Amino acid sequence: MTSPHEQKKRKVNGSVVVTANRLGDGAVVYRTVNNDWTTDLASAAVVAAPAAAVLLQSAEADSVRAVGPYIAPVEVAAGNRVLPGNLRERIRLAGPTFTLPGAA
Amino acid sequence: MYRYDELDQALVDQRVSEFRDQVSRRLSGELTEDEFKLLRLMNGVYLQLHAYMLRIAIPYGTLSSEQMRMLAHVARRYDRGYGHFTTRQNIQFNWIKLEEMPDTLADLAKVGMHAMQTSGNCVRNITTDQWAGVAADEIEDPRIWAEVLRQHSTMHPEFTFLPRKFKIAITAAAHDRAAVKVHDIGLRMLRNSAGELGFEVMVGGGLGRTPFIGKTIKPFLPTRDFLSYVEAILRTYNQYGRRDNIYKARIKILVHELGADKFAAEVENEWNTIKEGALALDPAVVADIAARFIYPNYERLEDNPAALARARKEDRAFAVWLDNSVSNHKQPGYAIVTLSLKPTGAPPGDATADQMDAIADLADRYSFGEIRVGHEQNLVLPNVAQRDLLELWQQLEAHELATPNVGLVSDIIACPGLDYCTLANARSIPVAQELTKRFGDHALAKTIGRLHINISGCINACGHHHVGHIGILGVEKNGEEFYQITLGGRADEGAKLGALLGPAVRYGEVADVVEDVVAAYVELRERPEELFVDTVKRIGVEPFKERVYATR
Repeated sequence: MTSPHEQKKRKVNGSVVVTANRLGDGAVVYRTVNNDWTTDLASAAVVAAPAAAVLLQSAEADSVRAVGPYIAPVEVAAGNRVLPGNLRERIRLAGPTFTLPGAA
Repeated sequence: MYRYDELDQALVDQRVSEFRDQVSRRLSGELTEDEFKLLRLMNGVYLQLHAYMLRIAIPYGTLSSEQMRMLAHVARRYDRGYGHFTTRQNIQFNWIKLEEMPDTLADLAKVGMHAMQTSGNCVRNITTDQWAGVAADEIEDPRIWAEVLRQHSTMHPEFTFLPRKFKIAITAAAHDRAAVKVHDIGLRMLRNSAGELGFEVMVGGGLGRTPFIGKTIKPFLPTRDFLSYVEAILRTYNQYGRRDNIYKARIKILVHELGADKFAAEVENEWNTIKEGALALDPAVVADIAARFIYPNYERLEDNPAALARARKEDRAFAVWLDNSVSNHKQPGYAIVTLSLKPTGAPPGDATADQMDAIADLADRYSFGEIRVGHEQNLVLPNVAQRDLLELWQQLEAHELATPNVGLVSDIIACPGLDYCTLANARSIPVAQELTKRFGDHALAKTIGRLHINISGCINACGHHHVGHIGILGVEKNGEEFYQITLGGRADEGAKLGALLGPAVRYGEVADVVEDVVAAYVELRERPEELFVDTVKRIGVEPFKERVYATR
C-alpha cells in the first residue's frame, strides 16, 4: 500500500513490473517487453532488479501514452501466473474491493 | 438559490474553452505531464489509482434541481452511474476520461457549474452550514458572506499560488454545523453587546498530519471589515507561509510556530494598511449580493398540522424517520429534511444517477427546487412543507434515501481510501460498510444515541478522523492495513481532537473494536442522555482501553 512515490525510494526486490496510468482515460497499464503498454498484467514484462531500472527509463521516455510510471512488485505463482504484489496493486488491477453503487 | 450573472457565466465558459485547448495539447504531446498537471489541478482533475477523478464545486453546498439533474447526466454519460459527495460540500466523479473532460465541463457550464479552485494551492470552495437560510438558530444567512468571499477569491491573482491549499468555512448559527474550527479560516457570525453584526475570526485550524483546532485572533470583526481582514490574513500567510516543505506549508503551521498573538499582530499590521481602502464593504454591495439570493415564497402554514400528527401515530417507521431526519425550520409549517446517503452496507456519501434524478424531482415537488450538501456527506431538502412530509418520506423510501440514521453511529464520514486514492495507505469504505452492518439496527443505534464515526485511509485525514467521536485512521505496517482508533474528538463549537485508544488493530478487527468501545460506553455512561463524547470527556480513554485490549 506504499505510495508509488515511496516505492520509488525503496530497494527493488524480487519480481517487478513497470506500471502507469494511460494518458487518455487513466486506465492502469503495464510496460511490455516490446516497449509498449498493456492493460493485461499477464502480458507485462516481469523483470528483476537490474532490468527494472532500464524498463522504467524506457517507460518514462514514453510520457505521451502513459503517466507516472513506477516499479511495482508482483508475485509469480504456479504456471508463471503473474499476480500483483500488494493490496494497492491488486486494487489497481481489479478495481475497488466493494460493489460499485448501482452495479449490484 | 443565488443567481449568477453574465460575468460568472462568461468566466465559466471561457475556462472550459481554455481547458479544452490544454487537454488537446496534452493529448498530442505538446504539453508534458509536468506542465499539464498544474493546469488540470486548476480544473479539479486528479489522477487516482484507476482513472481520473473530477471534483466539481458546489459553492456553499447549495444546488438547484437543474444542477442535480446535470450531475445525474454526468454520472451516466461520462462516469459509471454514480457520484460521491465530499466533506467539503463538493461532488467527485471517479471514472471520467481525460479525453471527455472538456465535454463534461461544457455540460456542467450549461447550469453554471465548474471545477475551478477545487484543487491547487488557492482558496477552495467556501463551505457553510447546510441549513443556511432556513435554520431556526441562525442570525443571518451565512451564504451571503460566503458569496462575498467566493466572488473575491475566484481567480484572485494574488492568491492563486498560495504556499498551500486554503479552506474557509462560515457559520451563523449557535450550533456549528460547518466545522469552522478545523478550517484555515473559520468565521462565526455573532452580535456584539451593541447588537451589531460581526464575526469571530479563527485561524490555523486543520487536520491532516499535524492537526490543530483554530485559534481566535479577532473576537469581533465588524461586517464592513469582513473582506479586508480576510485579505490581510491571506496576505500574511502568503508572505510568511513556508514554501520549502509541503508538510509545513499550511497556515496552521505558521500560526503554531509564530504563536497566535504574533500572527494576529502581523495580520493587524497588514490590515491597517488596507482596511479603509477598496475592500471596506459598502453595505449596498452586500445588499446587492443578498438580493441575488432567491428565497422561497413560503405559504402561511401552521406547525405540526393534524394530518402529520395522525400519520406519526399510525406509522411507526414514519415516526422514526421524522424524529431522526426532520429538523425545525425558521418558517412555521415547514421543515428541513436530511436525506441519508448512508444506507446499510453502502459507500458513505455516494448517490447513483437515478437517485440524483429522483432527488431533483422531489426538490422541485417539495422543496422549491433547492438541495443542499452537508459536510457529513448527506443531502438536505431545506424547504419542505410539514403537510408533505409523509408523501415525501414514502418516495424517499422508494429510492433508499430515508435511512433514519442521521447523526447516529452508522452515519459515517469516510474518505475514498485505498479503493480509489493514490495517497491512501488503507481502505476506508469497506470499514465503513462493515460498521453500518454492525449498527444497522435502528433500535440499537437509537439506544447508542448521537455518535459520529470518521474514517480516513491515510494521515491526510480527508475523513476528518481526528474530530470523529470515534476516529479511525488507516496506516500501513509491513504491507498490511492497520487502523489507529481515537476517541473523544468533535467538530462542532466544542471542537476537540480525539485521544489515541491504543495500539493499531488489523483490518478485520476494526468493527469488533468499535463494537467493544460502544458497548463499554453504554455500560459506562451516567445516564442514557449522556452522549458518547461526553462520557469520554468525563472518564477519559483508559476505561475503554482496558475493555478493548483486555482480550486482545
